[in-house]
Amino acid sequence: MAADQHPRKEILEKAILGYLENNNDISNLEQFAEQLAAENKSEINHNDIDSAIKSLRGFGYIETHDIRKESWVLTEEGKGYAAAGSPEVQVFLAIPAEGITQVALKKKLDESVFQRGFGRAANNEWVEISKKLITRKVQHVDDKVRELLMKIHANEAVDQAEIEALKKRELIQKQTQKGYSPVKKGPNYAPVRKKFVTDLTRESLQNGDWKELEFKEFNLNAQGMPSKFGALHPLLKVRKQVKDIFIQMGYEEMATNNYIESSFWNFDALFQPQQHPARDSHDTFFLRTPSTTKELPEDYVERVKRVHESGGYESRGYGCNWKREEAEKNLLRTHTTAVSSRILYLLAKEAQQPPFAPKKYFSIDRVFRNESVDRTHLAEFHQIEGWICDRGLTLGNLMGVLEDFFKRLGMSKLKFKPAYNPYTEPSMEIFGYHKGFRKWVEIGNSGMFRPEMLRPMGFPEDVEVIAWGLSLERPAMILYEIDNIREMFGHQVDLGFIKRNPICRLGLSHNIE
Amino acid sequence: MPTVSVGRDRLFAALGKSYTKEELKKKEVSEKAEKEFEDECFRFGIELDDVTTEKAIIRKEKHLDEEEGDEDEEVIYKIDIPANRYDLLCLEGLSQALRIFEKKDEVPQYKLANVSKESMMKMHVKPETSLIRPHVVCAVLRGMTFTEASYNSFIDLQDKLHQNICRRRTLVAIGTHDLDTIQAPFSYEALPPSSISFVPLKQTKNFRADELMEFYKSDLKLKKFLHIIENSKVFPVIYDNNRTVLSLPPIINGAHSAITLKTKNVFIECTATDLTKAKIVLNTIVTAFSSYCERKFEIEPVEVLYPDGKSYVYPDLSIYNMDVSLSYINRKIGLSLGADEVIDLLNKMQLGAQQSVSGNKQDNITVLIPPTRSDILHPCDVMEDVAIAYGYNNIPRTKPASLPGSLKPLVLNELSDVLRSEIAMNGYTEVLNFILCSWRENFDMLRRRDDKSKAVVVGNPRSSDFELVRTTLMPGILKSVGHNKDHPKPIKVFEVGDVTMLDEKKDVGATNRRQLAALYCGASSGFELIHGLVDRIMEVLGAAFVPIGDNAGYYLQHAEEPEFLPGVQASIYYKGKQIGNFGILHPEVLKNFDIPDPCSYVEMNIESFL
Repeated sequence: MAADQHPRKEILEKAILGYLENNNDISNLEQFAEQLAAENKSEINHNDIDSAIKSLRGFGYIETHDIRKESWVLTEEGKGYAAAGSPEVQVFLAIPAEGITQVALKKKLDESVFQRGFGRAANNEWVEISKKLITRKVQHVDDKVRELLMKIHANEAVDQAEIEALKKRELIQKQTQKGYSPVKKGPNYAPVRKKFVTDLTRESLQNGDWKELEFKEFNLNAQGMPSKFGALHPLLKVRKQVKDIFIQMGYEEMATNNYIESSFWNFDALFQPQQHPARDSHDTFFLRTPSTTKELPEDYVERVKRVHESGGYESRGYGCNWKREEAEKNLLRTHTTAVSSRILYLLAKEAQQPPFAPKKYFSIDRVFRNESVDRTHLAEFHQIEGWICDRGLTLGNLMGVLEDFFKRLGMSKLKFKPAYNPYTEPSMEIFGYHKGFRKWVEIGNSGMFRPEMLRPMGFPEDVEVIAWGLSLERPAMILYEIDNIREMFGHQVDLGFIKRNPICRLGLSHNIE
Repeated sequence: MPTVSVGRDRLFAALGKSYTKEELKKKEVSEKAEKEFEDECFRFGIELDDVTTEKAIIRKEKHLDEEEGDEDEEVIYKIDIPANRYDLLCLEGLSQALRIFEKKDEVPQYKLANVSKESMMKMHVKPETSLIRPHVVCAVLRGMTFTEASYNSFIDLQDKLHQNICRRRTLVAIGTHDLDTIQAPFSYEALPPSSISFVPLKQTKNFRADELMEFYKSDLKLKKFLHIIENSKVFPVIYDNNRTVLSLPPIINGAHSAITLKTKNVFIECTATDLTKAKIVLNTIVTAFSSYCERKFEIEPVEVLYPDGKSYVYPDLSIYNMDVSLSYINRKIGLSLGADEVIDLLNKMQLGAQQSVSGNKQDNITVLIPPTRSDILHPCDVMEDVAIAYGYNNIPRTKPASLPGSLKPLVLNELSDVLRSEIAMNGYTEVLNFILCSWRENFDMLRRRDDKSKAVVVGNPRSSDFELVRTTLMPGILKSVGHNKDHPKPIKVFEVGDVTMLDEKKDVGATNRRQLAALYCGASSGFELIHGLVDRIMEVLGAAFVPIGDNAGYYLQHAEEPEFLPGVQASIYYKGKQIGNFGILHPEVLKNFDIPDPCSYVEMNIESFL
């Protein structure tokens, strides 16, 4: 039992150290242990020996090395004969002086004993077999086989020829056992073991015991006890780093805590035509409650309507009817640019009274698309958006800003592809060279807001807005090597994943100019 | 973004690339050619999206296994086209644009055939059409030579236009006819369905229009368009002089005038609810395919006469002149190009251009916008074309002067972030859930009743998962715990995020609220731990625990919320205002979210702490 193993081990350890105080070595450890067990009227098994030796040797109290020992032990059959006599002797003894019929003899004996013993008894010429009766041929026999078996059991030396014979009869078999070379004093030998502990306690610290204590060397291959901890969500850890990058670059955060938006601010103000496919119910969540917006800035609405229908500000416009009902339809915002359009409208009002103050803004928040959900698409995701509003900004400026921003995100090689977007002109898709994938990947969209968007707000001709956007999920998925977005975002995410993932080091690089 | 599929070999031939068909069979040659083409696309602003074969497409549609392609299969390039470039939606337009971009071609001069007003073909519009589809525009392509490939391209282009600018035929519908089978003048009418009867395309028998609509209800392709006219008392229809039906727009053409490979003269009609788009569609077709006419780039006009006596000649191929200043272009891009350079670059983008000569207008460039470039609305579009022709990636990248002044923090988000860290320090794990949820999750499953005064309701949800904007963080957190029920206990999770509530005071009628929620789930409900968390949150927010009714800090009151067990729940008051609740979650709520262990939950609004 495990419970009394410990004291047994301690008894053995104590005895070994005590014996070595006055003796050179213990040559036969097993015998030593057996003797000890007998004295203590208990049992000491191989495990006790092993653990005592390992422990003493580990601390250098003793020296010994592991050896392998071969010995002969009795088989189950051999054990039976050692107790009850060999089968041939059993057969002999079962024959009464007056003789017995074979049938009666068989009945008297165990079937296997008869089968194995009868032939041998006959060969040994101990019995006489006539037609009717079996009788004893000699009056007395010695059970040599049994004696040999008992000798082997007692570890006494037996002649090699006898061993071979017993082995042939499958009464004995070879057994390999672990053992120890003679046990001697080790470099740290002491007649009594010091106390052995795993931790320093307040008690032993205060009463000074710690000086006598011996600390268990800790296991370098095992892990520590799991820490109890809270954790922030990985996607929001990335959000924090991106936010810090914007702050380092001098951008102010937009208040984007308004998921519900009117089509007007989400689309019309951005010169997105009313028949544009993005305004289809296949792409956008429209609302049943509250279904429409009640309040729009009237004079501005009038200017927006005009620029859509017939242009102005040097534009030809879309040449189509612009319907107010369409603009009043409420929706779940499809981009944070809806918030940008509200802020720009206010900035344009301010811009009427000089001096004009340039602005840099950013936001990272939730947007919604009525798309079917799969490994890379969700109906909601986080959009990162940044923009600068200033006089005389150029397309070259936009590329310069993007280079700075993405370098901080870890992408130092960028190239740009012409693209189409209803509210930016020029428009550029941003491609970054991904060192891990060894290829160019699309990482975002960018452009200069169209005059048809900015001029109706009231901005003068030379004020430009350069803007860009990307999703938060995409860089996070690349960072955490996730190919199914649902494993990172939403209620199906494994809490273990949230707890295990490392800190986000975006923006922590020193290689920023 | 629309995608066009074009045969690679045919495209390369049209682009004047020197690869022979035999050479392209070699893998290294075809890969090199593909890379070259891909780079050119990138510079021009289109994208080689996929390289495939006809058979591979069919295999994919039928969900058959990938098998080694036969090397004789024609390679197909699928190319993504910007949504406003209708002129690039067919091989003809695309290859022409790229040839001009590569300076292999001049900008073509499209012109109308010289036909006297009397001999010009006529289309009479009847007043009833205004009830259903008021506009029609027409044109004729003479002396066409179709090959199988160009014929297919002609059909495909109509398909692409129908899908994109025509908004699935609602705004514009195109009909093309073999002019030699019909007799001008034509009339565009709107008649009761029962009085229209004809043999439609691909059919052999005569149908009455109302029967035909019934018949097409089982047609996979056409049934999508029936709704456009289905409920109208009159259907639009085009007749020739012999009352032969040309088409029943926007559904189907007549079989009689169907075009074939042998068709020489093509009559094109576009009926529409949006005249601007109809003109763009007509121009797109005739400019792309007039290259196959006997007289290249010449289009025969058709006069459309309205009942009020007004008449118009189509197509309108006039060139639009736009004055753009050179300094504007340079200033916006960040370059300093001369007028000659800019004109040269504009020519690569199919835009003719000349420098204004007169006095103070010397800075101006007059840009000649051809009928193919309906996407050019403003000088900024011209400026973009200069930037593209110059090469986006050749433009020097500069940083704008940095901005002075101090920046304001967005306090709500800063406060949220600080609180998130504090709660994580308390051993809670952050979850991030969706804002959209089902009605049941937000109400029924929480044992809450919907009094219709709180929740924003989505009008067109794709499934019940997107019915409602959450009014509480509870459904998301409970779904998270339900999905993680095998996670070692206790589970301690939290979320800080926005919910949305109806709000009369807002222009859009709804407003966001920033909420904080946390949940404990274990062998016991952990009610005291959640209570302790509330105290800790208040402590870090600097709110003192005060007697009930004292407005100086926070206090608790008994609550009776349906999602919690009666008796073991409380409302949190801060400065006299209720900001949230906590308690042991009701066993029925737990059951609804498949949570086998007891839970305690707190949710509160944090905007009072700003």
